[in-house]
Amino acid sequence: MPQYKFRVNGGPVTVDSWDPDQPLFYILRNTLALHGAKFGCGLGQCGACTVLVDGKAVRSCITPIKQVAGRAVTTLEGLGTSEKPHALQSAFITEQAAQCGYCTNGMIMSAHAVLTKTPHPTVEQIKQGLAGNLCRCGTHTRILSAVLREVSRLAKV
Amino acid sequence: METVISLSRRRLLKMGAGALIVRFTLGQPSGDPTKPLDPSEVDSFLVIHSDGTVTIYTSKVDVGTGLATAFRQTAAEELGIPVELFTVIEGDTALTPDHGGTGGSSGIPRGAADIRRAAATAREALLDLAAQQLKRPASELTIAAGVVTHPSGRRITVASLIGGKRLGLKVNPNAPLKNPSTYTVVGQPILRADVPGKCTAKHPYLQDFTLPGMLHGRVVRPPAIGAKLLSVDENSVRGIPDIRVILIESFLGIVAKDEWAAVRAAREIKATWSDWAGLPGSQGLDSYVREAPVDRDQSIANRGDVNAALSSAAKQLSATYFWPFQSHASLGPSCAVAEAKESGTTIWSATQNPYGLRANLAKVFGISQDKVRVIYMDGSGSYGTNGADDAAADALLLSRAAGQPVRVQWMRQDEHGWDPKGPAQLHLLRGALDASGNISAWETQMWVPDGPQGNRALLGPESAAMPQTHGQGAGLMTQNLDPPYAVPNLRVVSHHLKGTPLRLSNLRAPGKVANVFAVESFADELAAAARMDPVAFRLRGLTDPRGIEVLKRTAGMLDWQTRLSPNPYAAEGDLLIGRGIAYVRYKQAENYVAIGLTVAVHKATGKITVRRIVCAHDCGLVVNPDGLRNQVEGNILQTLGRALHEEVIFDQSRVTSVDWVGYPILTFPEAPAVQVALIDRPDEPSYGAGEASSAPVAAALANAIFDATGVRLRRVPFTAERVKAAFANA
Repeated sequence: MPQYKFRVNGGPVTVDSWDPDQPLFYILRNTLALHGAKFGCGLGQCGACTVLVDGKAVRSCITPIKQVAGRAVTTLEGLGTSEKPHALQSAFITEQAAQCGYCTNGMIMSAHAVLTKTPHPTVEQIKQGLAGNLCRCGTHTRILSAVLREVSRLAKV
Repeated sequence: METVISLSRRRLLKMGAGALIVRFTLGQPSGDPTKPLDPSEVDSFLVIHSDGTVTIYTSKVDVGTGLATAFRQTAAEELGIPVELFTVIEGDTALTPDHGGTGGSSGIPRGAADIRRAAATAREALLDLAAQQLKRPASELTIAAGVVTHPSGRRITVASLIGGKRLGLKVNPNAPLKNPSTYTVVGQPILRADVPGKCTAKHPYLQDFTLPGMLHGRVVRPPAIGAKLLSVDENSVRGIPDIRVILIESFLGIVAKDEWAAVRAAREIKATWSDWAGLPGSQGLDSYVREAPVDRDQSIANRGDVNAALSSAAKQLSATYFWPFQSHASLGPSCAVAEAKESGTTIWSATQNPYGLRANLAKVFGISQDKVRVIYMDGSGSYGTNGADDAAADALLLSRAAGQPVRVQWMRQDEHGWDPKGPAQLHLLRGALDASGNISAWETQMWVPDGPQGNRALLGPESAAMPQTHGQGAGLMTQNLDPPYAVPNLRVVSHHLKGTPLRLSNLRAPGKVANVFAVESFADELAAAARMDPVAFRLRGLTDPRGIEVLKRTAGMLDWQTRLSPNPYAAEGDLLIGRGIAYVRYKQAENYVAIGLTVAVHKATGKITVRRIVCAHDCGLVVNPDGLRNQVEGNILQTLGRALHEEVIFDQSRVTSVDWVGYPILTFPEAPAVQVALIDRPDEPSYGAGEASSAPVAAALANAIFDATGVRLRRVPFTAERVKAAFANA
């Protein structure tokens, strides 16, 4: 079986995949037991499966494993933990920016990518940066507040 | 929860030094065969452990609404034990009492009320036990912070009084309840325990659940709803490793050790199906709903003489409104894990009704109920009965056939295409005004396809030709068909059609979202005909002070200027600006909600931008103001998406809007700021808030569009194309 070497959350991994077109999503969840990315559509339309590849937000459900070889993947688990959350995760917790929480992974990962590229975004830039992430519960205003909380923290450091 | 280090996977992966795979196995809670489930027993709801922690057991489930936190607060308040010490076990038919499924905003008024009475009964018993131990009268004792205290300084902890033991008491419906004026926990914005885990991938979702030897399953749905499977070419998937094709009549499933193999096989397998074209199609569905055979007419209200009042009125008005089929459109497709064994069947599901699912599966599969255990786990938000119950039946069919545990996760086209839908509704309204502009007559007629009550047919068993009932209940569709305003002559009739093109279920605020759209749009049309300001017109017909207050508060938050609609100052370049308001007394018996919003409509493109939404909300006693706000904001934004975008499209054979392009929902750039004013009434009972604030959204939007443009939209969704067409016809 073909093997693929890449980095996940800072550490090296080697995985087998019988199909070079197997999406990264299934490798993360089933082979590596990393459950941050959620299955929403398998079509790259909703953003629930978002992870960072070399710092950029990608849809893991439509990213073939063969394209990930040699690259660095960061999942929600790689940002921080419940005990020691990343500041952006803390902002989501403080704002209670979740209902069912199924979109939360994608919101945090996409927001992280937005803030990496644009540390001082406008409200409109945040909204556009999250335009490809769907939330069915309607927690948009809280998610925006959480990202703005992190923006104002970044402005002070 | 037990942590298992999966060495075989570790070896397989050749992970780098220091890397460790930790797999969480969410096995069945160990359970306790001696724990009662009878909802008349206190021990069914509450267990106080020897370390002072407390477990609440309930059949009501928290599908992201914050309900579990409200339960913890309610029980903590009555028991005098810190809220942090409470955990909740939800929806496990082996552990939790059956006090109903989750729906109809009943979680707080019925679910929390049951838990509160159990906790109040327990408190009385604890005081009696403490009285014996401390040799002081129970009436002189109080419980706070988990400690029973006497003014003399004598004290004993609750844990040492009862910890680990059963109370063995019937719930006393008359147990004295704490006075709300003394509340210290209920009414506080306690943070939800699930949110940190949801933000860090630690929260256990159903989708994450695995069992040893578990296979991944996918079901191949037919290309037409009623099509029969004629043949399958298994050679078409020969190249995909380790899969099994499961065929039961027209039920076609795949199981595989590897999930991606199951996904690919389900996608690539070649099957031949019979033709079927039994649907009317969504094009022109309003005419179909109006003309389809009626099963029964239901009279909701009938007073005065509507016909006489209409014919003698100074002004008469009539209008037709239409609401399309809509999907729950859960962000994650439905999922289930089933393990069918000789000794018993266990189903892990995100169902909103674990006991209902157990009863239905037991009946359809011919298993005794006591041999079926349903365990709820959190999934993607459901907003009613989405595909969760169907996925459970799929998993059970596949597990029985494969002889191994099977996890089924639907694909996107399965959820959009096959979840039971909220039904289309057509409303014909007629109204009359007297010479002073008062409503002298009102008639609402609704046509709705909702067939017989009873369990809806589960998809998998239907394909597998297993006998089952074919109910089509969609919830209480007829509430709020009557206006909330004083009307001397009133007639409200609901025409229930004989059949429905698509399978139905309850979708958030069933019926009420469309009913209030029609009723509150029509109220606005009457206000315009009466040459009155929409708020002033509504206030004239309202006598309930709580209704008047939410309407006035909402108007105030929007800086409402008293004037006629349309807006005489609308133009801002290419944008037309307007404001709208709508009001509901939910189910004519529960929450009071008014919603106001401002809108900009582009003259050329028809694009609608909602700039700001305000809402005044009175649901009686507020248990958790932050949780409530979260829920109200969510209801409003979700329903804004339903009004702007959502319509299930289908042809003669099947649903064709099967992804987020074909069935778009609200996106981030469209989400306006939402301002919610909560009116807390500690002396009034709490109503559930999971639905009510959905109801006035579409009417407030239609009324604002009318204010901006002078054009009245009577058909949801308000797509830019529809707005442009309405401009052209105006």
